[in-house]
Amino acid sequence: MKAASDIQQSGLTSRRKFLSGSAAAACGVALFGLGGCMAKDESGVILRPPGASEEFLGACIRCGQCVRACPYNTLKLVGLFGQGGTGSPYFEPRQVSCEMCEDLPCIKACPTGALDPQLTDVNKAKMGLAVLVDQETCLNYLGLRCGVCYRACPSIDKAITLDARHNQRSGKHTLFLPKIHSEHCTGCGKCEKSCVLEASAIKVLPRSLAKGELGHHYRLGWEEKEKKGSSLIPEALDLPDRMPEFTPPSFEEVKP
Amino acid sequence: MKLSRRAFIKANAIAVTAAAAGMSLPKAEALANEEDLDIRWDKAPCRFCGTGCSVLIGTKDGRVVATQGDPDAPVNRGLNCIKGYFLSKIMYGKDRLKTPMLRKRNGKYDKEGEFTPVSWDEAFDTMAEKFKEAIKKKGPESVGMFGSGQWTVFEGYAASKLFKGGFRSNNLDPNARHCMASAVAGFIRTFGSDEPMGCYDDLEHADGFVLWGSNMAEMHPILWSRLTDRRLTASHVKVAVLSTFENRGYELADLTLTFKPQTDLYILNYIANYIIQNNAVNEDFVAKHTTFKQGNTDIGYGLRPTDPREQKAKNAKSAGGSKDITFAEYKKFVSQFTLEKTAKETGVPEENLLELAKMYADPKRKIVSYWTMGFNQHTRGTWANNLVYNIHLLTGKISEPGNGPFSLTGQPSACGTAREVGTFAHRLPADLVVKKEAHRDFTEKIWKLPKGTIPGKVGYHAVLQNRMLKDGKLNAYWVMCNNNMQAGPNFNEEAYPGYRNPDNFIVVTDPYPTVTAMAADLMLPTAMWVEKEGAYGNAERRSQFWRQQVNAPGEAKSDLWQLVEFSKRFKVEEVWPADLIAQKPEYKGKTLYDILYANGQVNKFPTQKISDGAGNTYDNNEMEDFGFYLQKGIYEEYRLFGLHGPKKGHELGEFDDYHKSRGLRWPVVDGKETLWRYREGYDPHVAKGSGVQFYGNKDNRARIYALPYEPPAESPDKEFDLWLCTGRVLEHWHTGSMTQRVPELYRAVPHAVLFMNPEDAKARGLRRGMSAKISSRRGEITATIETRGRNRMPKGQVFLPFFDARRLANKLILDATCPISKETDFKKCAAKVERA
Amino acid sequence: MKWLILRRLSQLAILALFLSGPLLGVWITRGSLAGSMTLDFLPMADPFTLLQTALAGHFPAGTAIIGALLVTLFYLLVGGRVFCSWVCPVNIITDVASWIRKKLDIKHTSTVGPGLRYWLLAIACTLAIFSGITAWETINPANVMARSLIFAMQDAIWMGLGLFIFALLIKGGWCRICPTGAFYSLLGFVSLTKVKASKRENCDNCNACYQVCPEPQVLIDPLKTTGSSPVIRSGQCTNCGRCIDVCSQDVFRFARRF
Repeated sequence: MKAASDIQQSGLTSRRKFLSGSAAAACGVALFGLGGCMAKDESGVILRPPGASEEFLGACIRCGQCVRACPYNTLKLVGLFGQGGTGSPYFEPRQVSCEMCEDLPCIKACPTGALDPQLTDVNKAKMGLAVLVDQETCLNYLGLRCGVCYRACPSIDKAITLDARHNQRSGKHTLFLPKIHSEHCTGCGKCEKSCVLEASAIKVLPRSLAKGELGHHYRLGWEEKEKKGSSLIPEALDLPDRMPEFTPPSFEEVKP
Repeated sequence: MKLSRRAFIKANAIAVTAAAAGMSLPKAEALANEEDLDIRWDKAPCRFCGTGCSVLIGTKDGRVVATQGDPDAPVNRGLNCIKGYFLSKIMYGKDRLKTPMLRKRNGKYDKEGEFTPVSWDEAFDTMAEKFKEAIKKKGPESVGMFGSGQWTVFEGYAASKLFKGGFRSNNLDPNARHCMASAVAGFIRTFGSDEPMGCYDDLEHADGFVLWGSNMAEMHPILWSRLTDRRLTASHVKVAVLSTFENRGYELADLTLTFKPQTDLYILNYIANYIIQNNAVNEDFVAKHTTFKQGNTDIGYGLRPTDPREQKAKNAKSAGGSKDITFAEYKKFVSQFTLEKTAKETGVPEENLLELAKMYADPKRKIVSYWTMGFNQHTRGTWANNLVYNIHLLTGKISEPGNGPFSLTGQPSACGTAREVGTFAHRLPADLVVKKEAHRDFTEKIWKLPKGTIPGKVGYHAVLQNRMLKDGKLNAYWVMCNNNMQAGPNFNEEAYPGYRNPDNFIVVTDPYPTVTAMAADLMLPTAMWVEKEGAYGNAERRSQFWRQQVNAPGEAKSDLWQLVEFSKRFKVEEVWPADLIAQKPEYKGKTLYDILYANGQVNKFPTQKISDGAGNTYDNNEMEDFGFYLQKGIYEEYRLFGLHGPKKGHELGEFDDYHKSRGLRWPVVDGKETLWRYREGYDPHVAKGSGVQFYGNKDNRARIYALPYEPPAESPDKEFDLWLCTGRVLEHWHTGSMTQRVPELYRAVPHAVLFMNPEDAKARGLRRGMSAKISSRRGEITATIETRGRNRMPKGQVFLPFFDARRLANKLILDATCPISKETDFKKCAAKVERA
Repeated sequence: MKWLILRRLSQLAILALFLSGPLLGVWITRGSLAGSMTLDFLPMADPFTLLQTALAGHFPAGTAIIGALLVTLFYLLVGGRVFCSWVCPVNIITDVASWIRKKLDIKHTSTVGPGLRYWLLAIACTLAIFSGITAWETINPANVMARSLIFAMQDAIWMGLGLFIFALLIKGGWCRICPTGAFYSLLGFVSLTKVKASKRENCDNCNACYQVCPEPQVLIDPLKTTGSSPVIRSGQCTNCGRCIDVCSQDVFRFARRF
């Protein structure tokens, strides 16, 4: 009985009580700090499996079932205090990129809907957005015929296109400039993975970092015209220009 | 057989994977500027395709540490494709062969033994014994060699001399047989002289480009860059792309024609018909510069004579035969190729066919036709080549800036070495052929050989060599600078059995243990690319030279050294009959080395210091070993063929000039290059006032051939229900023996995937990313299904790249060839795809 | 020793269910303690973790709800903190540490009151509400430990070591504080299976049960307070059965609450 009361007493001494109380307070403060830190981290440079929303860390229970479901070992779990939140899934395209499985096994495995089950077409996944981060070292920008990222892209000609420009330096070659189209880019990271440079010139970034936003007050005239199929202002009067009797033939007409 | 076929393939796969995974990287990749100062820079052509880009090689401490595109090179102006970007890494794969390796058991050679390092002496002794034994038992036809369009000019010449002049065997063929033999046969048949009349400058002059079975966007990346630039900077320029599936070229194309395999023969004839029907024939040109011929039809498929398809073919034995016809007869012949019929047979919409025909017919539009393997690897490859010439000849759009047919080559020296030097089973240097006595006589005169040394019978071509090895008729065989086991067709039935036939002794010379090397009895390590002095000739007749930049690792010796050194082991009495030696008694007791190389011509130039304009000095290992400037000696002897040979128009320039220039386009006459052949003013051999002379033919006229459509050797049926096409990707070169050893390129495209139409995949219970079994009547492999990406397949067709040593794609291919050019059709056979 | 051995077997067997897949290729259970799928039909989820997602503003969709309900139901039957002593891998670490404490006779170190865990539970829930993320899961040792063991992550070493040292310094270790335990203890206040001091009249006051009990405060009333029920009703009891094993007088046994 003595021992039992000892325990009872030791657990209830006012000093101890105070200590445990302050420990709790300290823990609390620490945890709030941690929470804030984690919340901020979410916008950091980490790529999530397909279907992850912006509130992913609020929905993910960090069980790792998506990792197990991934047939290509693309997905990994964040380590303790790691960027993106301990235990949450992510992938590093430069190591293993997403193979864009048509049946989306990771989403199917997710028990909480943190990976949105509404996403059934992998082409609509938005894991991130490829960005050509370094035009100075991109071999295509230098005029070389690399284009490895372009040909590695599963949505070639949609997510990445090559913008052909005259190479003024060589005078007779073309610069095939990779251009990424956010509408089609899923962020699978095949491009980043396959880039032959020692550090990839094309990288997949979270879309929040990668995407600019056009002012809502402005429209692109040529696109609006195409959308409508005709000029937005129909009646356009154009008077003929006064010209001399003889006009020299244009370059185009001289050519064959 | 100790090493079973399966185990053999597996062993190779492991070797390749290990090699790719654990690559040694060239040191000092990130070079600081001050370090750059110690680097010695010199020029060389790129090791890869036939474009012939020039690069500058940076060496330091005996190692290639960097490269750069040569900004002064007219072809590439400092640019490279992604393979060229990694040139500095191709020589430093971890598994470079450094010593000869002979299959041995209990201390001596054994066909079933394990590869054991041996000395060069032991290697050559064993090899010489086997060659002598074969020649003694069965005559010179029992020895042979499979060479390369990647050989330097000097190596091709030395090999040709050793086999045709030394061993007296015409069984020498290059891997270029798989690549552009049909273009060769086409050029010879139409123009009487090989190689294109135009050059790359056409790219900046044409108003239209037509790509016939050429994925130039991936396979000739720098030329594509030039073509695109022309399209970009001149808005009237049109690009038409024809293919059996959507490749990267479609991206730029103004006009695309996706046709059913083999039906390009319809389109070619339809265009000729359209030109005639619409009075677009250049009557004056046709009257003055052409004659008409009807080619033999029903010519078979180059299969074994026992194959029912061959027995059924009426003209299998006279495939190249023809008879003269009139223009009227030709007109009547092509009139059957109407728009409606062509559209029906090819599956191409009428309007697309019409638009293409109009492009050619428009007299104001200058047009260049380009083609590569779509035409050449074709059971009617020679015909396809002839038919495209027809179009250019009918319209007179040929041999002038921006107008002409142009066959692109896949190998760096398919033109320079395989074609110009004549390392084919039927050829001799400078367009000469073994069949013609006058050509043999001339060659024997230059080579200082007794009359009758060179046999008049055409030797075994590539596919026939494998068959003869299997049948035990070819017994001593040397494979150099190629990987035919992986590249060639029908590995299981026609390639591997011959290599492992106990009657045969197979030698493979390669820098790396390729699939072919692993199948051999003796592997010889070689110096590659700039580890030796060399010369390549690109697709536009440009010959480019380079100096030796670094030494080869270990005991590796260049192909040239091996050929010349090996000749020392043969006394003339051991290989020539007595009556031949009697003609030249001074050769008695001499070795082939004395007769072929130390002949007072090849050894004319003594050892010298090799230096460049900046005063840097360079090694030349062959010069050190043989005591004379071997490359220069060979070049000067070879040059005699162009200067004095019976076929005009093959003049080459001065040896030292080539070391100074970024290449010169032959014929080089009076210190000038030739950009357009056969046209007065551009070509020095065309007589004044004649305008155009196709002087390859005695009557100075080109031939227009009437040739119909004939079906392929094998078409899809109920069981094998898909067309299979094999080919390349931009990132890897041919069988990947070099590029798969560059870690970055390996990472970019690690495996060959099967490109397939998504609906075809679905119908077979497959989808993208799944592993599938692809099989033909000749074998099966597994690969991952790819339904998106760079190639879009129409329904009923699949494409599989052949660079991957773990998936020997070409083993599925039927060894059917064009019966005229003997080039295999890798572009179509029947296959099926199932779940793996 | 009977119940101790059974507990260890249970803890290891549960890890084995998760590890047979990655180690042997025999997939039984995928995921981790936070959420799992067994044999492709039985979902399970940690109700506390799921609660945090709900508090963070994510209404859980999918199998996790069923999984959490199943798990809740299960612990309502077998006892709330059965999770702590029969499932959670942290328990092994804490037990090893207490064994060493006993061997080394470490006595004069801090203890923490049983109430702190509820504070932390409250904090974890509050954090989720205010941050909108399951912030507590950043550190939650129970889940981190299980996950890092199952996924062969380095965290297992650091977290294991940390928990071990913590348990050397503070009696009862993390298991005295753990909010996951606190959550399950809430179930324990109503759960069916309980330890009962059915023969408390036989107690010889040897104190052995107090010595081994990780939550000795739960024993006092049922064992010693006359008039109170002999059933250990406190949710803080983990149903570990140590008292049953240790009692020479066979005072304790498992019983139903009622």
